[in-house]
Amino acid sequence: MRNVVIVGYGMAGARLADEIRRRDPKAERVSVTVLGDEAHPAYNRVLLSSVVAGSLTPEAVRLHDPDWAPKHHVDLRLGGSVSKIDRTRRVVHVGDQEVPYDSLVLATGARSWVPPTPGLLDGNGVLAPGAVAFRSLDDCARIVDHASPGTPVAVLGGGLLGLEAARGLAGRGCLVTVVHPVGHLMERQLDAGAGRVLATTLEGLGIEFRLGVLATKYTPGEGLELNDGTHVPADLVVVSAGVRAETSLADEAGIEVDRGILVDDALRTSDPRVHAIGDCAQHVGTVSGLVQPAWEQAAVLADRLTGVAPAARYAGTTVVTRLKARDVDLAALGDVHVGVDSPDDEVLCFQDPARGRYAKLVLRDDKVTGAIVLGAPDAAAAITQLFDRGLPAPTDRLALLLGRALPAENEASPADLPASAVVCRCNTVSKGQLVSAWRAGATTLSSIAEVTRASTGCGGCKDAVCGIVDWLAASQPQSA
Amino acid sequence: MTASASVDTHCPYCALQCAMSITNGKVSPREFPTNRGGLCQKGWTSAELLTSPARLTTPLVRRDGELHPATWDEALDLIAAKLKALRDTHGPDSVGVFGGGGLTNEKSYLLGKFARVALGTSQIDYNGRFCMSSAAAAGMKAFGLDRGMPFPVTDLDRADAILLVGGNPAETMPPFVQHLKNAELIVIDPRRTPTAEQATLHLQPAPGTDLALALGLLHTAVADGHLDKEYLAERTTGFDEAWRIAATWWPERVERVTGVPVADQRAAVRILAEAHNAFILTGRGTEQHASGADTVSAWINLALALGLPGRECSGYGCLTGQGNGQGGREHGQKADQLPGYRKIDDPAAREHIMNVWGVDDLPGPGRSAYELLDALGQPNGPKALLVFGSNVIVSAPRSQHVADRLKALDLLVVADLVLSETAAVADVVLPITQWAEESGTMTNLEGRILLRQVAVTPPEGVRSDLDVLRGLATRLGQPAERFPTEPEVVFEELRQASKGGAADYSGVTYERLRQGEALHWPVVQESTPRPFLDRFAHPDGRARFVPVEHRGPVEMPDDDYPLQATTGRVLQHYQSGAQTRLVPELNRAEPEAYVEVHPDTATRAGLANGGMAAVVSRRGRTVARVRCVPSMRIDVVFLPFHYAGEGRANLLTNPVLDPTSRMPEFKVCAVRLESV
Repeated sequence: MRNVVIVGYGMAGARLADEIRRRDPKAERVSVTVLGDEAHPAYNRVLLSSVVAGSLTPEAVRLHDPDWAPKHHVDLRLGGSVSKIDRTRRVVHVGDQEVPYDSLVLATGARSWVPPTPGLLDGNGVLAPGAVAFRSLDDCARIVDHASPGTPVAVLGGGLLGLEAARGLAGRGCLVTVVHPVGHLMERQLDAGAGRVLATTLEGLGIEFRLGVLATKYTPGEGLELNDGTHVPADLVVVSAGVRAETSLADEAGIEVDRGILVDDALRTSDPRVHAIGDCAQHVGTVSGLVQPAWEQAAVLADRLTGVAPAARYAGTTVVTRLKARDVDLAALGDVHVGVDSPDDEVLCFQDPARGRYAKLVLRDDKVTGAIVLGAPDAAAAITQLFDRGLPAPTDRLALLLGRALPAENEASPADLPASAVVCRCNTVSKGQLVSAWRAGATTLSSIAEVTRASTGCGGCKDAVCGIVDWLAASQPQSA
Repeated sequence: MTASASVDTHCPYCALQCAMSITNGKVSPREFPTNRGGLCQKGWTSAELLTSPARLTTPLVRRDGELHPATWDEALDLIAAKLKALRDTHGPDSVGVFGGGGLTNEKSYLLGKFARVALGTSQIDYNGRFCMSSAAAAGMKAFGLDRGMPFPVTDLDRADAILLVGGNPAETMPPFVQHLKNAELIVIDPRRTPTAEQATLHLQPAPGTDLALALGLLHTAVADGHLDKEYLAERTTGFDEAWRIAATWWPERVERVTGVPVADQRAAVRILAEAHNAFILTGRGTEQHASGADTVSAWINLALALGLPGRECSGYGCLTGQGNGQGGREHGQKADQLPGYRKIDDPAAREHIMNVWGVDDLPGPGRSAYELLDALGQPNGPKALLVFGSNVIVSAPRSQHVADRLKALDLLVVADLVLSETAAVADVVLPITQWAEESGTMTNLEGRILLRQVAVTPPEGVRSDLDVLRGLATRLGQPAERFPTEPEVVFEELRQASKGGAADYSGVTYERLRQGEALHWPVVQESTPRPFLDRFAHPDGRARFVPVEHRGPVEMPDDDYPLQATTGRVLQHYQSGAQTRLVPELNRAEPEAYVEVHPDTATRAGLANGGMAAVVSRRGRTVARVRCVPSMRIDVVFLPFHYAGEGRANLLTNPVLDPTSRMPEFKVCAVRLESV
């Protein structure tokens, strides 16, 4: 039996263990050992913004129940970090223990990057009092501890996670200011126009923005000084300025590392017995930092390690960015940094900042290659489906771009209905039949129902039938 | 042929079993809690088949490749001789029986008894497997009892919110829609159906993604603070394990898989949670999948999280499809069941039934419906098949394969009132009585037992199914009294057989039904309209959350088959259309197979609205008229499944089965469009 050791019990490591056991539920093919450095069970990092917002409890975002490991024949060892990989002897060192492996999987994740703002880190490289990263469940607990209503909070970083944290904290009644070094929010995913509309929307929810400025100094209890000479008061600074792949173990073991641990389509590192998945891995130039790629990688690697599909390959993941923030509907996907006059693309753009709407759609050869949809929830869903499934876009581009924002067509009056229009669906009675019956003398609802059976099924067309009867009566020349 | 007095009965078609009266052979609607005096076009025209020229009135026997009229004795002798010969040579399992969800309780019961006692075969199943099996399996797991609607239909009138998943009652049981009018209605359906058009909120998921959507709504219910924790603690078990899976289905992830906007997911949950009384109802759209049972479990989990089941005027229910889809699954025509909704592998259940039947052995469980059809004429499969109340050539998945399997049989016998497509390829066809010509009980979608009474005299030459069973049983050496032909006598035996079972009918009598008593099973003495008010049917009295994970369609679109096909019904036709296609008024309204397509998709395939198209899957090719419908998803086509020949939608469908319910994946498969 192959001995698989997974370093890291986060989103990727836990998922890999699940995927392996889904394929090998009774541990007949591979044994699984999971080594986690945090003391508590794995949790769902995607939902941390919900914990900050207070909609989910820390318990609710756990990925596994406490009895998960024994129930699924997994040797789970928590609270000890791996100090070294010995590739020659095929063991990893945890404290003074050695754990042997046939296949080693690095799922070591990423750590927060802290900008070099003076005062943010103390002499030991630890965040100063009042400053908290936004990365782990423990971070969330610290943030929530500080986040009583009315507390001034600064969020360093106007990217996806920073904004999710800001939205959650504003929802708790904190006075939130987001400090972002670039001129518009989420610049990786949004163009400037969308960034502006997003800022306006979030301002409406009580969040302030300081864009295009750097924090130059942090003073606990005071707040941040910015490079434009202004000051942001903050009892709490949430650092969400990006992450760096955790590659040190691999690097020290002589495994090839760039911004992440380099892996091929089989998720192998430069040592074919060592694999890497999730935030620590770099696949074809991409270090994703998102859950979808990590889970897809886990599925592929489980196929290979269990022998269920030894030829499985990871071919990359199309990324759809979806801001998880209450009352803000934002999706961004593909390449959006394309001007409306680009000769090779068809680009549509709609801006309605007053109502918090911005929609940009980039198409090439009839297919969606990029989009930003803000404030048009159903359009976001429809465009994402077209993008993910590689479907040709509908010819009515405007309807696609705006979704339900388009006004509904007016209901036809009886006079406008064609004679063939079915009025009573339950009994297939058309307007023409009703008109004939009326002309033959059935001029009341009950008599017309008797003759045509209209309205005798679910009764839902009674108003429509009455409408036609009234219309016929009104259009009839008065007879004395 | 007609008795002159007016006789009260119920419609021959769907599970709503609308009340009607028959006077001089004419139908008129009757006031009743379910249909409130309403009838749809099928109900209004249902009497036409009583006098239709298409009616069979003599047995037919195939000779030299053609069906020829024969006497009843000739036909029955021939069948019995062949069955005996097969049994002697190949054993009792060489004969199979295929029943139907339109058969009365008495027929369902006696058919199961006939198979297990007279034939001694384990090989019996029925078309309800294609209908209710996923909801039934999930209901059993969650509640310990499967009664489609564990409450009277009229409870819906008092609901503030109703979530209807994969059901289109505005077409499939129109008078039922009256009960949806007081509530905020949320409809989940990949198509904008007439029912969806009436909804406050329509969620339009990609076909086969309902399970992800249900998990997502559970997630949102928790995240938005709508979990009924008190109810969870008092009345359920297993929430934590179900939540661990739902926790991984946050709304944005669900949106990406299903195409249902996050805002709509939230709105749906909010409407349900803020309602004082709320229901979740499922239909075939969400059930007819290879993950159908798990999908229904996911909807029930949502209902439990919101604290709905087992409360007055709230709950979960499924919309049963066929006329006796409820009773038909309780009395022993299902491969794994004995009368009274007993399990055939339960020793105590076997003991009880053997005592009632006066036999000392019973076969065990047999193949499920599609597996049975797939095995026909195969080395280990049945070599003869008796079909009652079903038209499998049209209604079974991968229907050309099913037709090929039927051809491989030594003997195919079909009992029907008209020459259905399946009857047309039979070796022997037996003409039988129909609804208004015979008595019998039906159990409607709310678990209420209804009595249909003889209203007209049957035409010369036809016999009832009960007669046919006795005729065959006695020829196979059974004592005649073991197979009564009088429905009420059969029912008296059914009462004893069901006694002590989950579906206990022991307190039901024809007399009580004639008096108009509303009897919802179980009926030991009193009716049980709402069986879960005090406790659920598991030994600990609690409902179970069942941890389920999304799997998605088995066959996803690819370059060769880039679209997804889904199937369903139109108002004017019922099931395989064998009956309704013979009613001129209905057939005029919807005369032929069609395929609904988004206009852009039609244009890209070179098709025009009103022209003909071929819809092609890995299993077959259906020819249908194109209807351009702008509200269709661009990657989905829809076909009604009522038509015969090359218009059969089931030529396309995927027979892959749900591991628990053995339900085929009718509702989604990969196809392409071609011009004809």
